[in-house]
Amino acid sequence: MSYESGVPNAPNEIFKTLADPNRRAVFEQLIREGEQNVRSLTKHAGISQPAVSKHLSILKQAGLVRERPQGRAVHYSANPKGLTPLMDWINLYGVFWKNSFDKLEHLLDGMQE
Amino acid sequence: MTEPTLESIIVERVMPHSSAKIWRALTETTLLEQWLMHNDFQAVLGQQFEFRRPSMPGWNGITKCQVLSLEPPERLVYTWNPAGEDAINGLKTLVIWTLTPVEGGTLLRMEHSGFTLARTNAQKGTLHGWTGFFKSLEQLLTTL
Repeated sequence: MSYESGVPNAPNEIFKTLADPNRRAVFEQLIREGEQNVRSLTKHAGISQPAVSKHLSILKQAGLVRERPQGRAVHYSANPKGLTPLMDWINLYGVFWKNSFDKLEHLLDGMQE
Repeated sequence: MTEPTLESIIVERVMPHSSAKIWRALTETTLLEQWLMHNDFQAVLGQQFEFRRPSMPGWNGITKCQVLSLEPPERLVYTWNPAGEDAINGLKTLVIWTLTPVEGGTLLRMEHSGFTLARTNAQKGTLHGWTGFFKSLEQLLTTL
């Protein structure tokens, strides 16, 4: 992500992580239904349990999912803080457009009708 | 400015200028360059054009666009898609300009929407929309 003026660079890692529809569906399921284990997630996913586990591991690496071990079970939940780069990116775009409006206004002030 | 959301950014401002004048600044390439970016914009419906800025790590600085709607001097719509290998593949965003005459000038409104990935699946030939997904994300963000 770039903080210099101009169009901000995108949080590619988040987008790449969520580009897989099945992985996105797992993440979405965690957002909607809250903390769950792999078995319960697999029931909704329509893919195999190992596949769900793999997606969870990638989501965890990207900081989008966190896990809470409890005895032999592991519970997974969505991590809102993982979305911070995405929010920062959109906010930076907001700043970019606001600055552009300032420049446009300045230009218009100096233009003849 | 309205607070950005995951779906769109809206900037609105009343400017003490005629809509015809603002329209020129939005659509004449040399004027557009002075306040936005270097570009090869042409006010032709369906026209593809590019905005260019210096490249930066992870992005070649090119934004590919296409004019979708052209109603002088009231409404201008174009796609806004960062290009290049490192840009997000399939991100389709849209910039909508509206100009409304008001007392003392023109209300200029810019809506940049669609921070949502529409991913093309070549095998299935389908588009996976992200709109609903981003609604879920917003729900999650309220818990931050």
